[in-house]
Amino acid sequence: MQLEQLISKFQEKDIKSFERLYEMYSDSMFGVIYAIVRNKEEAEEVLQDVFVKAWKSSSSYSAKKGRFFTWILNIARNSAIDKIRSKSFNQGKQNLDATFFVDILETYDNLDTKIDISGLQKYVNTLRDTCKKLIELLYFKGYTQKEASVALKIPLGTVKTNNRKCISELRKNVLK
Amino acid sequence: MDIEKYIKSGILELYVSGSLSEKENQEVYEVMHQYPAVKTEVEAIEQAFMKVSEAIGNKQSDSSFSNIKSRIDAKVVEIEQVPQKRNWLAYAGWAASAALLVGSLWLFNENRQLKEEIQITNTANTNLEDQISKANESAEKMKALNTILRAENIESITLEGQAISPNAYAKVFWNKEAQLAYIDVAGLPAPPPGKVYQVWSLTLDPLTPTNLGILENFNTNENKVFTLTNTNNSQAFGITLEPEGGSATPTLAQLYTLGVVKS
Repeated sequence: MQLEQLISKFQEKDIKSFERLYEMYSDSMFGVIYAIVRNKEEAEEVLQDVFVKAWKSSSSYSAKKGRFFTWILNIARNSAIDKIRSKSFNQGKQNLDATFFVDILETYDNLDTKIDISGLQKYVNTLRDTCKKLIELLYFKGYTQKEASVALKIPLGTVKTNNRKCISELRKNVLK
Repeated sequence: MDIEKYIKSGILELYVSGSLSEKENQEVYEVMHQYPAVKTEVEAIEQAFMKVSEAIGNKQSDSSFSNIKSRIDAKVVEIEQVPQKRNWLAYAGWAASAALLVGSLWLFNENRQLKEEIQITNTANTNLEDQISKANESAEKMKALNTILRAENIESITLEGQAISPNAYAKVFWNKEAQLAYIDVAGLPAPPPGKVYQVWSLTLDPLTPTNLGILENFNTNENKVFTLTNTNNSQAFGITLEPEGGSATPTLAQLYTLGVVKS
């Protein structure tokens, strides 16, 4: 079935189509959430919340407003950021400046696990720090182009062109 | 359009990460449907993002779709499992289920109609200038009003006539940033003496009304647009007819118009 059809059946509350979409997007959304909350159990909890929210607000999606992937990504990163906000609030500390992507490889290094991260290494290793920072803001923190331009103190157009270069590099690595 | 240049500009990467404005998103959507090459590029960017994210997650997750399925089914199960012991309770349970089902279907239908209505509103919005200029307000006042209603960030909600007055309608133009709601009630009948319209902000689940204010001097307000402060996270707006001075809670039997906010 075409993605468009699948999405419209999902919006008609067809559970089978929803399950297909879950299969397509749950691994990537888990990754996004994990990068933000950095805890497996919590990330699973948030992942479930994200798909329950998606089901409940399926009617709010419109292809005219953006890709389905972008829509669910937005729910995922907002839910994950909410999660760490409430956590840091409970613990009385401020870690809202936390990084989600620039140090992702180091996190795994520290976690003395047997998880194979060679795939991630291959994708991310060649990226320059400026690229990681840019991807972090735009993709993991959901900054707009303008917000990223302010945060990084670079012109609006430069955000666009630099990001294009970074993602092209990433795409090359993914295809390798 | 130079498609290669468009693709190279980097706009599509920002599109996929959700970093563009609503207007820009719409533009990309249109270009994408006109040029298959753009769609292919968008899909490739999306794929790259997905691959990297999957690599971060490393398929560590043990959660499965059944977890989610049980959570979205939970409510239905609760109702069905209610009572076995007493018959009347069982009947009440079934009656409630049936009522809920009918209600849900009605709401679903209503919701669909409202959505269509909202789409029409966009067109109606363009005609608003005409509508407004027909009013007897001075040109300056009209101009000021127009500027407000044309603001990019304003949300327009059509409130449809309810049982008590099916032909009535109203419109709410809501500027979330400024926390202001402009209530256009040109489509409401003049209130009878001793009565006044009151505007409510509603959140739907559970249904909670919050008073936004009464529309005082309805007859002398020539353009029939009232400005109220709205700091609520409104999901719907309703207008009821209340005794002079307004009421603490809405009199639902006197609900004139109701409309849901496009989320």
